Amino acid sequence: MDTTVTNATTGKVWGGGNQPMGASYGKLMMWFFILSDALTFSGFLVSYGFSRFKFLDIWPIADEVFTHVPFFHGNYPMYYVAFMTFILIMSSVTMVLAVDAGHHMKQSKVAIYMFLTIIGGGIFVGSQAWEWGTFIKGSYGAVETRGGRILQFVDAETGHQVALADFATTIETDRVQHEAKNGIWFESESAGTTYRLEEVVAGVQSHENILVRTETINAEGKKTVLDRSESLEILNQAVGVVEGANLVHNEYGHRLFADFFFFITGFHGFHVFSGVMINLIIFFNVLLGTYEKRGHYEMVEKVGLYWHFVDLVWVFVFTFFYLV
Amino acid sequence: MAQEHNLAIFRGTVKFKNNVQKIWGVLIFLSIVTTIEVILGIFKPDFLVHTNFLHMKLLNWIFIILTLVKAYYITWDFMHMRDEKGSLKKAVVWTSVFLILYLTALILIEGNYIYDVYQDGFIKWDF
Repeated sequence: MDTTVTNATTGKVWGGGNQPMGASYGKLMMWFFILSDALTFSGFLVSYGFSRFKFLDIWPIADEVFTHVPFFHGNYPMYYVAFMTFILIMSSVTMVLAVDAGHHMKQSKVAIYMFLTIIGGGIFVGSQAWEWGTFIKGSYGAVETRGGRILQFVDAETGHQVALADFATTIETDRVQHEAKNGIWFESESAGTTYRLEEVVAGVQSHENILVRTETINAEGKKTVLDRSESLEILNQAVGVVEGANLVHNEYGHRLFADFFFFITGFHGFHVFSGVMINLIIFFNVLLGTYEKRGHYEMVEKVGLYWHFVDLVWVFVFTFFYLV
Repeated sequence: MAQEHNLAIFRGTVKFKNNVQKIWGVLIFLSIVTTIEVILGIFKPDFLVHTNFLHMKLLNWIFIILTLVKAYYITWDFMHMRDEKGSLKKAVVWTSVFLILYLTALILIEGNYIYDVYQDGFIKWDF
């Protein structure tokens, strides 16, 4: 498979029957596929940049949004994303070691390293799914104004964000969820948020130390916190409570932030998932001895290229989404 | 398929004994770079946030440059591009770099225009 350029039959490099660029057909096609997929992701990231640029003054700050770590309570900005990055880079390393073992025709070593790569990929996909779940569920909760702007709540002394659960007062109401079986059969509604708007507003009025934080980023790069009178004033424009994030409402800030988060990490996660599936198939082939019979482990190398491409994309997504 | 591997990185200043050593060496380098990026991202030193170069925070310049460095080592050593023929390298890298730079330039120009419209035009968001 590493035959150098032969000038036998036609005497020309491009006449066919040899490898003009030094790589086999499969490897060359994998490189070209990676090139086109890289351009696709560039398109996504550039459109993310464009939309963010348009709303630069109010865009959510990433390390205030991604602060959770599984199984732990508390505020750990960016730690879990850093862990995910490290896992993916490690799985890339085990993949390269698998390819290297393949060059030396060591079947069991290739199998072990490929297995570790699959595990790493599985951990990454699981982590990304967990991040999605946490993002969709929401953490603190917020209130939305008539114009679609988000108002969050902070504690006056510490400046830390406060959850709706910590201050909303409970107000009894007779309103129940309209289900299809209780009324007209073709009308029903969703359960509604945990706290209603009047409960949140009453909570802010009764707790003296709660202030409203708007989306606008001030000169220091922090979100603007209003003083007590402005906070009570702006709550008059609130129309609803937002908990969690989806394609319609987003408690962290602008809707586009949630849209792009799902779109870009979703596409990337899909690539990781398909990479794990392909790696599984090749892993089984390694165990079965297909490549020993074939005499070379180039399939492992080709699949390795795809896996590294996935890692490469993540490096860029991580930078532009979480760091910048 | 014992292909010839290029065992030196950093333009020959660091040379490894064999391919496996080189892989671990590159991993250590990438981990260091990632750790630096994460620490800067969490702590955001004031000097880097408040100094601008070509309309972008220095902190962001550092992130982007470090990301390009990581991309270079992942492509060159993990994907073995260092060992491929020059024509393959150019066909993949020059194409993508040119197209991505062009796309970025276009979107930056357009984005700047839209930003100006939102700044100076008659649109208000305070409701």
